Amino acid sequence: MKHFKSLVRPYILWSFLLIVIPLVLIVLYSVTTGGNSLVNIQFTFDNFKKIAEPIYLQVFARSFKLGIITTGICLVVGYLLAYQITRFSEKVQGLLILAVTVPMWINTLLRTYAWISLLSDNGIINSILTAIGLDPVTMMYTDFSVIIGLVCDLLPFMVIPIHTSLAKMDKSLIEASYDLGAHKWQTFWKVIFKMSIPGVINGITMVFLLAISTFVIPKLLGGGQYVLIGNLIEEQFVSVGDWNFGSAISLILAVVILIMIRVTKKMEKMEGGSEQ
Amino acid sequence: MGNTGNCIISLKGVTKNFDDQQVLRGIDLNIYENEFLTLLGPSGCGKTTILRIIAGFEEPSAGELLFNGIDIAKVPPYKREINTVFQKYALFPFLNVYDNIAFGLNIKKENKSIIEQKVKRMLKLVGLEGFEKRDVTLLSGGQQQRVAIARALVNEPKVLLLDEPLGALDAKLRKEMQVELKKIQQEVGITFIFVTHDQEEALSMSDTVVVMNNGKIQQIGTPVDIYNEPENRFVADFIGESNIIEGNMIRDCLVKFDGYEFECVDKGFKENEEIEVVLRPEDIEIVSPENAKLRGVIKSIVFKGVHYEIMVQTALREYKIHTTDIFEVGREVGLTLEKEDIHVMYKMEY
Repeated sequence: MKHFKSLVRPYILWSFLLIVIPLVLIVLYSVTTGGNSLVNIQFTFDNFKKIAEPIYLQVFARSFKLGIITTGICLVVGYLLAYQITRFSEKVQGLLILAVTVPMWINTLLRTYAWISLLSDNGIINSILTAIGLDPVTMMYTDFSVIIGLVCDLLPFMVIPIHTSLAKMDKSLIEASYDLGAHKWQTFWKVIFKMSIPGVINGITMVFLLAISTFVIPKLLGGGQYVLIGNLIEEQFVSVGDWNFGSAISLILAVVILIMIRVTKKMEKMEGGSEQ
Repeated sequence: MGNTGNCIISLKGVTKNFDDQQVLRGIDLNIYENEFLTLLGPSGCGKTTILRIIAGFEEPSAGELLFNGIDIAKVPPYKREINTVFQKYALFPFLNVYDNIAFGLNIKKENKSIIEQKVKRMLKLVGLEGFEKRDVTLLSGGQQQRVAIARALVNEPKVLLLDEPLGALDAKLRKEMQVELKKIQQEVGITFIFVTHDQEEALSMSDTVVVMNNGKIQQIGTPVDIYNEPENRFVADFIGESNIIEGNMIRDCLVKFDGYEFECVDKGFKENEEIEVVLRPEDIEIVSPENAKLRGVIKSIVFKGVHYEIMVQTALREYKIHTTDIFEVGREVGLTLEKEDIHVMYKMEY
């Protein structure tokens, strides 16, 4: 075993170069002024104060709203999907889970362009609508297009953890519940759902975090005016060039995400253990 | 013993097919009130399937399942006045001991104070007072077992089903739980249907034992009947240890095997009918050769704790004998049998 321990060293070096150093730089940038130059370092909290401006708070609020809606839809659709999948034989379940993950093998950009060709004003859906004599609908560059893009992109992150917790559940618990007088609906809420809570919490955490930090989908499906936290950060680094402000936003987002992970882990422990 | 009350559950010609496999081949069985009935057989004999049909988790492919005279084959499990203690207990890991036991009563929306009373009474019955707030996942196997029994009994079922509940316990604890289960059954006074592959468990706890093999009932009887009067080779072989010898029934109370005629107490066979004889190892007595028809040489002696297991080679076969007397290997001996100890069975059709 001792020999193998040294195998971890390249990984430590790698993560130090690519994770720790950039993280330190982000922290450094966020509390300094002076653009990209590290020569004239001046410490300041202005970058954080700037976030409190209404226009940026709005971006945060919109991101969170969108994140919550996306997570909610993913939860309902993903749970139903995961639950239905567990009713098949193990072999079929493997295939169905594969089918859920197949879209993830295709580049997000490509998938998003596919949505554009479906949803745009003279896209496939509107062509069908006009062909059957209905009025075309504007779907692109709305909340609808962004949410549908996000839901489809992130659904696997909800389905897989829920399916895992449902599949490893002891089936005799369901029988025990029927045996003790609970009918199907009661058994679902009092036993099956309770047992799947760890998966649900994992799914919610992953989908929500990915949804509030995304920038490709809102940019392509929401258009230029659709600014979320991810777009704001991208803008600061790529077009505005204010790396300090961009770092401050990234840091705030990272802290929010860390707090959320802590909270959900706590919730999971409370639900998983006995209710005392 | 047993069969004095009213018949509460009755299976009539019940069969069950899984895909192309028939696991129950026509089961007829009457189960009575207040009876401790054990379904005994090797794994795969269909005993658990019978239990699952009674519980409502499986529907019979054919035949009737009567509960107090009413066919309940299609009634869902949550509407049956029957509760189950599952093989691996199936306690809800997200509920503590109290809430696990109260589960059924909460579903029925019973009054909180009544629930508390009933749960407390159950905890006392199974000897777990003060365990209300414990996490079920941290209990020992024996304690989880008790919670599972309490959770089922608190619903005051007419029948309690137990699916090999002692299988996961160590030998000493299993013995304790056997005594305890029997005590609980007598205290609550309802029918227990117990599934096991352990013959000792079946004999020591039951009023009635149902021996099964290959989807069929082989024999139904009291433990004493099953042990002393096995109806066929399978039962004799499965219950206890035995010497099984083919022979002929000369006439009532006279049987011939291994070339000698022996007096016995069995009647009602056809003249010269081919039969099989069961001799329990503890019933054969070793004497000096001149006093016996059957003679042989001691081949091996194994110490088994309470007794010695001695193999005696005769002209035609080896006999297994249990005795507390001391002999030595190689000695020539005779074997004698009391007429009550010769159990004649119908020959099994294969």
